[in-house]
Amino acid sequence: MTGIISTDVLIVGAGPVGLFAVFELGLLDLKCHLIDILDKPGGQCAELYPEKPIYDIPGWPSISAQGLVDKLLEQVEPFKPDFTYNRMVSSLEKLDDGGFRVTTDENEVFEAKVVVIAAGGGSFQPKRPPIPGIEAYEGTSVFYSVRRMEDFRDHDLVIVGGGDSALDWTLNLQPVAKSVTLVHRRPEFRAAPDSVNKMYAMQEMKQLEFRVGQVTGLTGADGQLASATIKGGPDGDIEVPCTRMLPFFGLTMKLGPIAEWGLNLHENLIPVDTEKFQTSVPGIFAVGDINWYPGKLKLILSGFHEVALMAQAAKRVVSPGERIVFQYTTSSTSLQKKLGVSG
Amino acid sequence: MTKLTFIAHDGTHFDVDAENGSTVMENAIRNAVPGIEAECGGACACATCHVYVDEAWTAEVGEPEAMEEDMLDFAYEVQPNSRLSCQIKVRDALDGLIVRVPERQG
Ligand SMILES: Cc1cc2nc3c(=O)[nH]c(=O)nc-3n(C[C@H](O)[C@H](O)[C@H](O)COP(=O)(O)OP(=O)(O)OC[C@H]3O[C@@H](n4cnc5c(N)ncnc54)[C@H](O)[C@@H]3O)c2cc1C
Ligand code: FES
Repeated sequence: MTGIISTDVLIVGAGPVGLFAVFELGLLDLKCHLIDILDKPGGQCAELYPEKPIYDIPGWPSISAQGLVDKLLEQVEPFKPDFTYNRMVSSLEKLDDGGFRVTTDENEVFEAKVVVIAAGGGSFQPKRPPIPGIEAYEGTSVFYSVRRMEDFRDHDLVIVGGGDSALDWTLNLQPVAKSVTLVHRRPEFRAAPDSVNKMYAMQEMKQLEFRVGQVTGLTGADGQLASATIKGGPDGDIEVPCTRMLPFFGLTMKLGPIAEWGLNLHENLIPVDTEKFQTSVPGIFAVGDINWYPGKLKLILSGFHEVALMAQAAKRVVSPGERIVFQYTTSSTSLQKKLGVSG
Repeated sequence: MTKLTFIAHDGTHFDVDAENGSTVMENAIRNAVPGIEAECGGACACATCHVYVDEAWTAEVGEPEAMEEDMLDFAYEVQPNSRLSCQIKVRDALDGLIVRVPERQG
């Protein structure tokens, strides 16, 4: 564990709305730190539909979702936000001095005067493959990511999937594991052709086994896997030894730990007022897809509006009593100085 | 109008009139066919609109494109007649199309 990281505003989620919050808060001199479980900014836009054009961003008749994320990053650059990726915000507690303490799943600790929840549809988490009884082995024999390669040493490893994660770990864990079986629905892969070629070469040399099919059953006891059944391949149903399994079935959004932060919830969304976009706890705001109020539309456009109003309220929490002057970016020399431009 | 039939996992038939140019998924959602989730709204990004195309119709409906085939990797019990319903556009030639909804989506 490292020391406590302090910031004015801690933003949970680096989707489009969390990113634009940096801009609006920055204009009011508030420094932001964003945390996201993804390894990159952009939320749904970057993870689910980067190539798709969006047609309802004002001023952009058409812009790709990734293009919008790139533009937002460019726009917030002057405010030098800090980013922490690959971390899930697991807990949020109120401190006696009025601020908040935020802890990640890797036990990093942040302290902030204001917390902005821009968590969208929740945190992206690995999808559980539809294999009956798999829950019983999760965390003991079935893992959705590799934290330590040693955990796989001398195990009969079954990796399921056809993307880069599946292929990369097949290649990387082959020298460590006792045996590696890669299972994929079809002989074509989404992964980089180079890794696929390497995998086929290793299969030629009998260093690993690739099987076409779907894993349909598991055997084992007390959380310890023993074997997996693979169905649908040319050899009919077969059973392979399996004491560790790594399924890579893509990501899905789950509300996650937010439910345990003591906030009022409305069908997995966080109710806010439409003046400040504040939650049931003063100093904690919620913007973008995660919030709810009468008439709410889950649009990027709505999220952008919400952060502008939220920033005013957040400023009042951080600097009580300070007068906030309403200014335009076109004409205010002080705003332009913050943006590093001259009018 | 083109007629489509959805057969839910419990066997219930949903006969719907679909507009040409709309997707099979959109018609399932509009008619509240159980078992079609379509989380991503038709972006071929979630694989929760998976259906089985009736054997008599597979040739007419056609094969999935590469992106859809990739997405099908994430679906449950994929079979040769599996398609993502958001990637099938309704047209005259599909009048009478029958698709079955799988037991579960992912
Ligand atoms: C296919 C598709 C097409 C769409 N088309 C449009 C469109 O045309 N126009 C439009 O306006 N909108 C569109 N949307 C909706 C739009 O993408 C969302 O409204 C927008 O992404 C919401 O932004 P956000 O920042 O609130 O949340 P998100 O983009 O969901 O980002 C939230 C981020 O928070 C992270 N997170 C959540 N909880 C935690 C936690 N505890 N710890 C760490 N990180 C966490 C998540 O990992 C995620 O990266 C579309 C959505 C989809 C899926
Ligand atoms: S609706 Fe998401 S892939 Fe079809």
